[in-house]
Amino acid sequence: MPDMSLTKNPMPEQDPQVRVTNFDEVALGYTDEMAVAEAGRCLNCRHPLCVIGCPVSVRIPSFIQKIVEGDLDASYEILTSTNSLPAVCGRVCPQEKQCESQCIRGKKGESVAIGRLERYVADRHNAKKAKEAVPVPASNGHRVAVIGSGPSGLTCAGDLRKMGYDVTVFEAFHKSGGVLVYGIPQFRLPKEIVQTEIDNLIAMGVEIVNNAVIGKSETIDELFEDGFEAVYIASGAGLPQFLHIPGENLLGVYSANEILTRTNLMKAYRDDYDTPLKRLHNVAIIGGGNVAMDAARVAKRLGDGHVYITYRRGMEELPARKEEVEHAAAEGIEFQLLNNPVSIVGDENGRVVGLELIRQELGEPDEKGRRSPVPVEGSNWVLPCDAVIIAIGTSPNPLIRSTTPNLNVTRKGAIETDETGRTSREGVFCGGDAATGAATVILATGAGKIGAISIDDYIRSKT
Amino acid sequence: MAYRVVTKKFLNDARSICLFEFEAPLIARHAKAGQFVIFRLDEQGERVPVSVAGYDREKGTVSVMVQAAGRTTKMLHTVEQGDVISDIVGPLGRATEMEGLKKVCVVGGGVGCAIAYPIAKEMHEKGIEVTFIGGFRSADIVILKEELAEASDKLVICTDDGTYGRKGFTTDALRAEIEENIAESRPQFDRVIAIGPDIMMKFLAEVTRPYGISTIISLDPIMVDGTGMCGGCRVIVGGETKFACVDGPDFDAHQVDFDSLIKRAAFYKEEQDEAAAHICLMTGGKRVNA
Repeated sequence: MPDMSLTKNPMPEQDPQVRVTNFDEVALGYTDEMAVAEAGRCLNCRHPLCVIGCPVSVRIPSFIQKIVEGDLDASYEILTSTNSLPAVCGRVCPQEKQCESQCIRGKKGESVAIGRLERYVADRHNAKKAKEAVPVPASNGHRVAVIGSGPSGLTCAGDLRKMGYDVTVFEAFHKSGGVLVYGIPQFRLPKEIVQTEIDNLIAMGVEIVNNAVIGKSETIDELFEDGFEAVYIASGAGLPQFLHIPGENLLGVYSANEILTRTNLMKAYRDDYDTPLKRLHNVAIIGGGNVAMDAARVAKRLGDGHVYITYRRGMEELPARKEEVEHAAAEGIEFQLLNNPVSIVGDENGRVVGLELIRQELGEPDEKGRRSPVPVEGSNWVLPCDAVIIAIGTSPNPLIRSTTPNLNVTRKGAIETDETGRTSREGVFCGGDAATGAATVILATGAGKIGAISIDDYIRSKT
Repeated sequence: MAYRVVTKKFLNDARSICLFEFEAPLIARHAKAGQFVIFRLDEQGERVPVSVAGYDREKGTVSVMVQAAGRTTKMLHTVEQGDVISDIVGPLGRATEMEGLKKVCVVGGGVGCAIAYPIAKEMHEKGIEVTFIGGFRSADIVILKEELAEASDKLVICTDDGTYGRKGFTTDALRAEIEENIAESRPQFDRVIAIGPDIMMKFLAEVTRPYGISTIISLDPIMVDGTGMCGGCRVIVGGETKFACVDGPDFDAHQVDFDSLIKRAAFYKEEQDEAAAHICLMTGGKRVNA
């Protein structure tokens, strides 16, 4: 009989008062007892809706049943048959909008904590596997280049290597992992987890070349000249968008990317690292997505004043994962919702002293059902702050499209692909944020899997 | 990854500017004058952009000339021939445009001469007539005397204190050259390329503006990644926000908002001074890892 309790087994967490003073992971993970208890809440539906809610169709009830049976190896096997990065996705997927939103248990009470269970299985596996040697698949003699070592690139590289391809991953940064390393903070996704995935790939025989900016250090055409038979572009969406409002170039205005890269990749929060970061006091974030929450929580940890999320819609409309919003609120982040930025106010030295906002009301729902905010005339006010972080989204980097002839792109700068990841250039495939614009880790890994299959088909068809 | 120093050579008596030639085949294959690289000394190091001073496609090496100014550059100066640093990435930014030019004046201020040198050299090799004006504070920091002479049709070196070459600033020397072209009815420069401290470039832009001479400057703002991701290197050009790392580093001097540029460049000054003041006196800046 399933456990019919209406609520999820709570996730053990660092106390909010303590965690705002450190960068250690906030959510501590289920114990074996908690995991088995939570797994017991799954009804193991014959037609599981959760699977439909998952962008890569993870066989959720099956992996959960294996937890109940105590067979974690089998559980991990099921997870990774469709998702290469379960330890990452268990932590960063917006489950409440995907699998968990469909769970029957959620009709009355809370859904099964699918994300937490996914993380549990992956963490237990990684802890055990660290001691085992990774098998190296034999080479089939065909070379594939992967551009970018984020979730999509890592997944594609791993799958191709398992099929026997000789895979080289080109990464622009000195450290591999892409957005998992430069974007998502340590307290939400410990870098050791990403490093484990990368170490596994290297042990499997994937070659990673760091400090290689494709489009600058080498072009895609040169990769073909060098003997690669196919290229998978997984360069992400790393270009920060700005608002183009007055005051955006004042001192103390940052893109979220800058704050996050300085902190996460360059470890500016640690005294033993050289990269500087200005001491933060009162900080206003513009935006309401996961990146905005990450930036706010980094600012809280590094600063000594108020940290505000300013967003033009309401609490219900915040695009961030629910857990991130809850964590941010518990850490003392203040939400200034229904406020749209008008300008950034500076002093005579060009330094930020405030953010001018205009209050908004929610109007009629649009065709997608989202109620659009309408400014309330004359309601402008200034939120005092000495730093403004802009987190309104990112778009694909133009370095590759501008140096690769005949590569079609969309109006928004994303690389055009069909559903198999094929681009307009023969032998060139693309997936993840580079093709879709900024999206989620799970979609990127899913695209990496599809890309690997398509590249395999392509190379087979040629030989 | 590791990048080995093939050659290390101090370029002036004051030993304030040093040439480093690194083994970096991927960069050497593509580098062009006007582009830059980003280096990182070690795991704890910061990413520091520095212009490409030269490259050898056959040897697979790239050279940079670095002035010991802050903590990281002072630490770089302690790296010896044969040592390795952990990272160099590049070439980044756009190469300097030379298409269609016939006669140019390249102006370098201090270590800016190191950046200006490969540009002058490449132009000179392409058959463009090059006048080079190099400005330094005093004789002991003058660099690349012979190289600059070789890379130009006319070389003018000036020092603020008159201890070497012409006494005075590059602005005066540039104005004199422009006026001389007019007086002697010789063709005027069709471009001035100025590289040096922001304040020098600001004044050089004002020298050429009344003459309507197209003027390009190379910027070196604060940046992290160098590929368009952080937006830290924002610069206002003709009223529009540009990223120096991907849209530059070269920009039209007559369109750049220098006041904002100069303020942004000084944003981390306190942190930089603090960091530079904490270089270990025993090791001279070599990091001692536990």
